[in-house]
Amino acid sequence: MQLFGIRLPAMSSLIIWGIVWEVFGRLEISFFVPPLSAVVTTLFEVIGSAAFQKALYETAYAFASGVFFAVVIGIPTGIMMGKNRLLDELLLPWVNIFLSAPLTALVPVLMVLFGFGMKSIIITTTLFAIWIIILNARAGVMQINRSLLEMARSFGASPWAAFSKVYFWAALPEILGGVRIGVIRAVKGVIIGQLLISIVGFGALFELYANNFLMEHFWAVLVVLFAMAFTISELLGYLERRVAYYAAKR
Amino acid sequence: MNRPLLLKLLSAAIVFGAWEIAGRIPVSYALPTFFEAMAALFRMAFDGSLWTAYAETLKPLAIGVLISAVLGITIGLWVGLSKWFDWLFSPIFIVMQAAPLAALIPLLVMMYGIGLTSKVFVVCIMAMPVIVLNTAGAVRNTPTSLTEMGRSFQASWWEVILKIVIPAASPVIFSGLRLGVSAGFIGAILSELKITPTGVGDIITYSRSIADYASMYAAIFSIIVLAVIFLNLLEKLEFYLFEGNARGYASD
Amino acid sequence: MAMPQTETVHETATTAAPDIAVSARNVSKNYGPVEALKDLSLEFPRGQLTSLLGPSGCGKTTLLKIIAGLLEPSGGDIQVDGKAVTGPGPDRAFVFQDFALLPWASVIRNVAFGLELRGINKSEREDIASRYIKDVGLAGFEHSFPHELSGGMRQRVGLARALSVDADVLLMDEPFSAVDEQTRRKFQEDLLALVANENKTFIFVTHSIEEAVYVSDQIAILLPRPSRVSDIIRPTGLREKDSTSIRRDPEYLDIVDEIWASLRSYVE
Repeated sequence: MQLFGIRLPAMSSLIIWGIVWEVFGRLEISFFVPPLSAVVTTLFEVIGSAAFQKALYETAYAFASGVFFAVVIGIPTGIMMGKNRLLDELLLPWVNIFLSAPLTALVPVLMVLFGFGMKSIIITTTLFAIWIIILNARAGVMQINRSLLEMARSFGASPWAAFSKVYFWAALPEILGGVRIGVIRAVKGVIIGQLLISIVGFGALFELYANNFLMEHFWAVLVVLFAMAFTISELLGYLERRVAYYAAKR
Repeated sequence: MNRPLLLKLLSAAIVFGAWEIAGRIPVSYALPTFFEAMAALFRMAFDGSLWTAYAETLKPLAIGVLISAVLGITIGLWVGLSKWFDWLFSPIFIVMQAAPLAALIPLLVMMYGIGLTSKVFVVCIMAMPVIVLNTAGAVRNTPTSLTEMGRSFQASWWEVILKIVIPAASPVIFSGLRLGVSAGFIGAILSELKITPTGVGDIITYSRSIADYASMYAAIFSIIVLAVIFLNLLEKLEFYLFEGNARGYASD
Repeated sequence: MAMPQTETVHETATTAAPDIAVSARNVSKNYGPVEALKDLSLEFPRGQLTSLLGPSGCGKTTLLKIIAGLLEPSGGDIQVDGKAVTGPGPDRAFVFQDFALLPWASVIRNVAFGLELRGINKSEREDIASRYIKDVGLAGFEHSFPHELSGGMRQRVGLARALSVDADVLLMDEPFSAVDEQTRRKFQEDLLALVANENKTFIFVTHSIEEAVYVSDQIAILLPRPSRVSDIIRPTGLREKDSTSIRRDPEYLDIVDEIWASLRSYVE
């Protein structure tokens, strides 16, 4: 986007939306939307509070564990599916079903099976993230250029060398793409889990602020949360692009 | 019988068999066997409670998905065609796409109460960003040679949009719709579990509270099946509307 | 058209003042600070095939798209039959390097697409389209889809689409570069027949010296940085020869060598 010959940075329109928000809030059109400036002031206050830090810690813990399991289980599963036709045909329908299934419906099951705590939230997070990671790792392995595999064989690569020096790297752009989408889904999963189980982390915090009509606090936490989610997603997008340079060239 | 179908059945048998065995051991007091859950499903289907529940659940879902699809594709086309709209609106949807919008639910409940409006809103905010972003991206990526071809045959702006840009973008638009619908399902169930227990969410919540776990699993099973069926129907619709999409693409 | 016979065409090719169908006058094109074309003038005789030949980056495709009206020149103008070009028009049809077929449409709809955009009703345009599908040798493939065809067949579809709108000028942007060598040779022979039989003006972009010498009545050699016409070659003796023996002709070989000698210093 160019304005008067000056290139405007990609996300710069958010400044305009921030101004719109501020004006909307100042006009006191809705009790539920305080001006941005008030939210930002509260934000610094909230970030320092013990309740916020506890929620952040709990959320980060559940999120990190959930993503860890999704990656550690998902990538090898996907690679094996890509290499083994029988396994692929047995698992693929389920992966596809769970990829698009309303996973929120499973949270009550997790609650009765694993209790109302951290364990259920971690599993929810994993469930949100894992399917796309599997699917992308599988796609990555399946699209590997045949001549690359034949090259490895013709130079007498052992199976392990072929895997660690060729397969993995050839599939890496897709795998990372899957991890990126998986992580974004995990962010949603961890919040949905907390909202439904709602005695830990940000779920509890939102409940507290909403019930006491602390709108500025509510929005402040929301802004922090959205900003963190966006940063994570952009960071992973950046990493993916650093590997993707050779993805197009295969 | 053909191999793919056979393997699908085998795969289903393995998973449901494992469920049955796990339920018989039992792994947990809260895990019924597969057949108990199916029996509960048939019971609810025959006494009609399942259908009443779905009539309730599908209302916000259908309204929300419809609004998201129409609005999402329109905004997406707009954003994809105009640099200015791209600059102005894309960031909002990019942030929405990355953000856990479920966190807005308590706010929506405060603003719009616990009724249908809130639930429709939940479905919309979950479903719309991906529809907008997919549509916009697909429109932006229309192969230049196709639009140049249209222009060289003197197609008007509208003809280029209707006969070239939209059909060329349709596979990606539809994949956005599928993702949007599946996010909409997540939103619909979430709002029934979180806002007020109605429909299928009510069956799930209620049967859990009276420890009728077979009914709870049956309801969950049914909603997953419904989502899968719905997404398949959407695929059928795509192939019906854009015949060539089913036939693969000439990439070079 | 005034001169439907091929013999007449040969005569005009050798006379001093041929009938000019398309002329480019002082055409410039800048992309920001980059000069893609600078002050380029060139004339394209009616009923003949003119090749634009040159190394990549010499602006030959840019010139072709300016003639098509797809790009606007920064300076100078293009005239077709004495009228200045302001945009795409019914007098010109474009054949694309990557075919530009609609992947969701059958062969017949693709071929008829140019007519469809001109608002010709379905049965009429499909009549015309099926005639040209037969002409390019794709009879029986009317209801196939592009992905079911080989590269060469896809370009035949693109060619039939351009022919079916019956434009006077055919603009071809490296049309055979994406097909295999055998298919390309067949295409080149078919193109010669097309130039001989249809009284159309062909403007043909290529980077293959042999192809240019084989198919052209006139070859404009373009050199890059700044883009200019360095030479115009008219292989006058070749058109009378049988298309199968041209490649063994001494004149053909000499011209190929001559062009290569003038281009080799520009190839990195």
